[in-house]
Amino acid sequence: MKEEAVVVTNNLVKSFGNNHVLKGFNMELHKGENLVVLGKSGSGKSVLIKCMVGLLYPDNGSVKVFGQEVADLTVSELDELRTRIGFLFQSSALYDSMTVRENLEFPLKRHLPKLNQKEVDDLVMEALANVGLERAVDLMPSELSGGMRKRIGLARTLILKPEIMLYDEPTTGLDPVTSREISNLILEIQSNYKTSSIIITHDMDCARTVANRVIILIDGERYAMGTFDELMKSDDPQLKPFFAAL
Amino acid sequence: MDNQSGYKHFIEEVGNISAFTWKFFKAFFNRKQEWKEIIRQCYIIGYQSMPLVGITAFIMGLVLTVQSRPTLEEFGAVSYLPAMVALSVVREIGPVVTALICAGKIGSSIGAELGSMRVTEQIDAMEVSGTNPFRYLVVTRVTACIFMLPVLVVVADGISLYASYLGVNLKGVLTWNLYYHQVFESLSFSDILPAYIKTYFFGLAIGIIGCYKGYNSNKGTEGVGIAANSAVVVSSLVVFIMDLIAVQIADMLGYT
Ligand SMILES: Nc1ncnc2c1ncn2[C@@H]1O[C@H](COP(=O)(O)OP(=O)(O)O)[C@@H](O)[C@H]1O
Ligand SMILES: [Mg+2]
Repeated sequence: MKEEAVVVTNNLVKSFGNNHVLKGFNMELHKGENLVVLGKSGSGKSVLIKCMVGLLYPDNGSVKVFGQEVADLTVSELDELRTRIGFLFQSSALYDSMTVRENLEFPLKRHLPKLNQKEVDDLVMEALANVGLERAVDLMPSELSGGMRKRIGLARTLILKPEIMLYDEPTTGLDPVTSREISNLILEIQSNYKTSSIIITHDMDCARTVANRVIILIDGERYAMGTFDELMKSDDPQLKPFFAAL
Repeated sequence: MDNQSGYKHFIEEVGNISAFTWKFFKAFFNRKQEWKEIIRQCYIIGYQSMPLVGITAFIMGLVLTVQSRPTLEEFGAVSYLPAMVALSVVREIGPVVTALICAGKIGSSIGAELGSMRVTEQIDAMEVSGTNPFRYLVVTRVTACIFMLPVLVVVADGISLYASYLGVNLKGVLTWNLYYHQVFESLSFSDILPAYIKTYFFGLAIGIIGCYKGYNSNKGTEGVGIAANSAVVVSSLVVFIMDLIAVQIADMLGYT
C-alpha cells in the first residue's frame, strides 16, 4: 500500500523573467516523515516551499496540499490551509517592533480571534516552553541571539499546532553547537507534534540528523531521491560535492 | 544606465506607483480596516514629526518676518507686515515646508521600516499568519499620513504665526490682539481652503511613496537604504509637483 501523501508537487514550473528556477519539479511529502531537500544556494529551494503556502504561485504544474490545489483556493480557504502549515523563515522573520510575547500572540489572535486572553497566555507560555525559552517572553527580538531568534520563530510557528512544518534553512548562519540543538528540536517536534516536515538546507550535519528521506534539487529538477546513506554512497559525480565535507 | 533604459525605468515606476495607489484606494474604501493599527500609526507619525515641524515652523515665521521688514519699510508699508507674512505662511510656506520635512522624516522611516520587513521576510510571515500585509502595513500608514499631515500643517501655521508676532515685536510694538486681528482680516476663506485641501494630497503622496519603496524593496540589506533614500527624494519631488498643480487648479477655480 502507498503511504499517504500530504504535499504533492507535479511538474512544478516557476520562472522570474528569464531566470528559470523550477523546471518541472516532482515530489511527495508523506505523512509523518521528515523530508530534506538539498540544493545549492539559489537553486530555488525557498521558491519551492513558498509555492506550498501561496506566497508564490507556480507558472505551470500543480501543488497540492492535503489534496487541495493551492492556486485554486479562495482567500479564506487559503487562510484556513495556512493555519495547518507552519513556516519557519530563513531569517526567522520575528516582528522587530513587537516583544516576543506579541510576536507569538500575533498568529493566534489573527487566526483564532475567539480565544480569550487567558487561553492566549497559556498557549504562548506552552510554545515557549517547548523551545526552552520561557525567560525570553518580554524581550524584544533585537535582544536575542541568532539561535534564540530561530527558537522563537519556531515557537511562533508551532503555536497553531501545524500538521505540516516547512523549515527554510533552519541552521544556516548558526554555530555548530546551536545548529545541532536546532536539529534535535526538529526531531522532537516530529515526535511530539506528529508533523510532516520539509527541511530545506545545505547543512549536511542537519540533513543527516533529521532526514527520513532526502531529495536533491539540481537545475530546477529532482535529481536524486533516497535515504541519506543511500545518496552518500552514490558514485554520481553530481552528488559527490554535497557529501564531500563529511 | 543609458538614456533609453532610464526613461523606460521611469515610465515603469510611474505605472507601478499608480497601480499601488489604486490598490490602496480599493483597500481604503473597504469595510475591513485595522483600526487599532491606524490609530497607533497616527500617533507615531504625528508624534515623531511634531518637534521637528514645530521648530522649523517657529524659525520660518520669525525669519520671514525679520527679513520682510526692511523691504516693507522702504515702501512705508510696515503695517502690512503681519498680513503679508500670514498670507505667505498659510497659503504656501506652511504646507510645503511641513510636507518636505515630513517627506524626510516620515517617508524615510516608513521606507526603511517596510524595507527591512520585506528583506527579513516579516511581510511574508504576516501573510501566512492570516493577515493581509497590504492592509495591515500599507493602508494603515498611508491613512495615518493622510489624516496627520493636515494636522501637522495647522500646528505649523499656528506656531509660525506666533513666531511672526514675536518677530514683529522685535522692532516695534504690536499687541497680540491687534496682530491677531490684522492676520485674520487679511486671510480669506479662499486662501485657507485650497491650502488646506492640498495638505491631504501631500499626506497621500508621502505615505504612498514611502510604503511603495519599502514594500517593494529589493532583497539584501542595501535594498533598505535605497528604499529609504529614494522614498525621500521621490516624495519631495512629488510634493513640489502637486503644489504646482494645486496652484493652477486653485487659480482656475478663482481661489486667488
Ligand atoms: N520574488 C522573487 N522575485 C524574483 N526572483 C526571485 C524571487 N524569489 C526568488 N527569486 C530568484 O529565484 C532563485 C532561487 O531563489 P531561492 O529559492 O531563494 O534560492 P534558495 O535555493 O537559495 O532558497 C534566485 O535566483 C532568486 O534570485
Ligand atoms: Mg532560500
